[in-house]
Amino acid sequence: MKSAHKKAVLGKVIVYIILILIAIIMIIPFLWMLSASIKSDREVFQMNPFVWIPENPKISNYKDIWTKIPFVKFVENTVYLTIVVTFLQLLTSSFAAYSFAKLHFRHKNGLFLAYIATIAMPWQVYMVPQFIMMRKMGLNDKLLAIICLQAFSAFGVFMMKQFYEGIPDDLCEAARIDGMSEYRIYAKIMLPLSKPALSTLTIFTFVTTWNDYLGPLIYLKTQEKKTIQLGLKMFISQYSSDYGLIMAGSVLSLVPVLIVFLCLQKYFVEGVAATGLKG
Amino acid sequence: MSGSLLYPAIIKERRIFMPKMDDAQKAAKINSLQEELTALIGAVRIETDSKKKRRLIAKIGEYNRQIDTMKSGKLLSRETKRDLVAYSFIAPNFIGFCVFTLIPIVFAFSLAFMKWDGSNPIKWAGISNFTRLTDDIFFRAALKNTVIYCIGTVPLTMIASLALAIILNQKVIGRGIFRTLSFFPYVASLVAITAVWKMLFHPSKGPINNILLNVLKVPQKNLPQWFTGGLVLLSMILFSVWKYMGYYMVIYLAGLQGISGELYEAASLDGANTWQKFRYVTWPQLSSTTFFVVVMLTINCFKVYDIAIMLAGGGSGELTTSATVLVYYIYQKAFIDWDLGYSSAVAMVLFIMVLAVTIIQFRGQAKRERA
Repeated sequence: MKSAHKKAVLGKVIVYIILILIAIIMIIPFLWMLSASIKSDREVFQMNPFVWIPENPKISNYKDIWTKIPFVKFVENTVYLTIVVTFLQLLTSSFAAYSFAKLHFRHKNGLFLAYIATIAMPWQVYMVPQFIMMRKMGLNDKLLAIICLQAFSAFGVFMMKQFYEGIPDDLCEAARIDGMSEYRIYAKIMLPLSKPALSTLTIFTFVTTWNDYLGPLIYLKTQEKKTIQLGLKMFISQYSSDYGLIMAGSVLSLVPVLIVFLCLQKYFVEGVAATGLKG
Repeated sequence: MSGSLLYPAIIKERRIFMPKMDDAQKAAKINSLQEELTALIGAVRIETDSKKKRRLIAKIGEYNRQIDTMKSGKLLSRETKRDLVAYSFIAPNFIGFCVFTLIPIVFAFSLAFMKWDGSNPIKWAGISNFTRLTDDIFFRAALKNTVIYCIGTVPLTMIASLALAIILNQKVIGRGIFRTLSFFPYVASLVAITAVWKMLFHPSKGPINNILLNVLKVPQKNLPQWFTGGLVLLSMILFSVWKYMGYYMVIYLAGLQGISGELYEAASLDGANTWQKFRYVTWPQLSSTTFFVVVMLTINCFKVYDIAIMLAGGGSGELTTSATVLVYYIYQKAFIDWDLGYSSAVAMVLFIMVLAVTIIQFRGQAKRERA
């Protein structure tokens, strides 16, 4: 009995050691980023001795980044794009998903098949014809192009549908008998119940749009249309040895995503489980 | 929806001008429909082919609906109304999806057989785009690198995320914090964190090589050049595992939470040790999750572009043959060389590979489920 207890304790210790190691590997690059963002270029690579917080923290890095490149404009564009895309994505996907999950109508399977068939299709396969088409529509070098590109994904519809299917049909049936219209059932019953799925979809959409690089690279050409990612990349290639500044810009570009993630993460595992993303 | 607003006006008009004719016509129409319906029902009775029978039954439903609509005097049957409501839910997303996804996909397939520079008239090229691929050195390098990157990243990420999920599914202190932390790399933007990685792994000044030099006593000239030559792919693989394992961990966590505790109790009663529990309970129970993870991982690996550009691309963002990947080549051929047909042919290769992986996985999954 005693040896079994010993074994259990040993097991726990090993688990904690592994966990702490993994946590360190996960977090070190971020800590390094924070630390380097308040250092001068010379201090960044100083190893002997290595300090996390330099004696004279160079907070000015955080001021200079706004003047060296039009960072305000980049932030504005990215915030605008991300909010519009996330809003449209949540609204249209949950709307369509309600119909696929809870209503019966003609051509339902055919329409849904169109969505499913494109889920495994990488965007990169059709990005070129898509660009040509958008250019014909006069959307080249317009923020609207990125919105059209990101806002109507098959993924969102699929995810929300999986979640709605887990909500009992009786609920809608009862509401229908009470004379509620489908639109009210969607707004009053389904939406409030789908917080975990909506949070998960918000995290995914927000993160993808905020961090997207290839889409804006193809569509956004002029300086004042660029997003944070493009601007930061441009800055890195122009001032490749201004390490402190690069890191300050990087930290700033991460803050909004991390805030959104931390706010919604309590629903996240639940959301992934309930939307059947696990397959 | 705007269509339905028009109907009441039309109906009113008809009632004013020819109410009696309408009624008589209606009765005649209903009668003729009823006759056809009886004939159909008779036909169903004697029909033996099940396929034809089903079609006939569907037709009967259609007739019944028509008759109901006629009798009730409403222009839209209940079914049509129901369909319209359903379509109104789908329309906002579907229209966007159709225009910006479906049409470009169809366009991409046809473009692979054309020759086009984006402004001059399109020319038919047959399969010449594909024959050109076979002796294109840069394409072959891109294909090879993408496949190697996949083969390295998929199993490593899968194992790491599964292990992490199993650990974090136990009762450990600070579980929530660990979960959140391991998800950080996934939400962080590539541009920012690749900048950090490039500093950490800087060949001459970075702390990693510094540790190799001073602690592990690796000679100066043997210090690894992480972002050039043969090591580039390794760096990309390590980076991807680090970045994406948190995401797949969440998926595995969801899978683990779906396994009933009774299975483990039963295994304990039979005297199974930890490994045996994993081997005979956890692993088989997770097979559908693993299927999903592997498919998603493979697809995402084939799509790799940004990681290569940011880790290995120089200031101008160009890649050499040691680091080039398929998507980079698609991008370059289309937007730098404006060789759109050829670029689409490369895209087709990418698509076929993704499709093949998905089909193989599906087959394996179906087999396992049958067994």
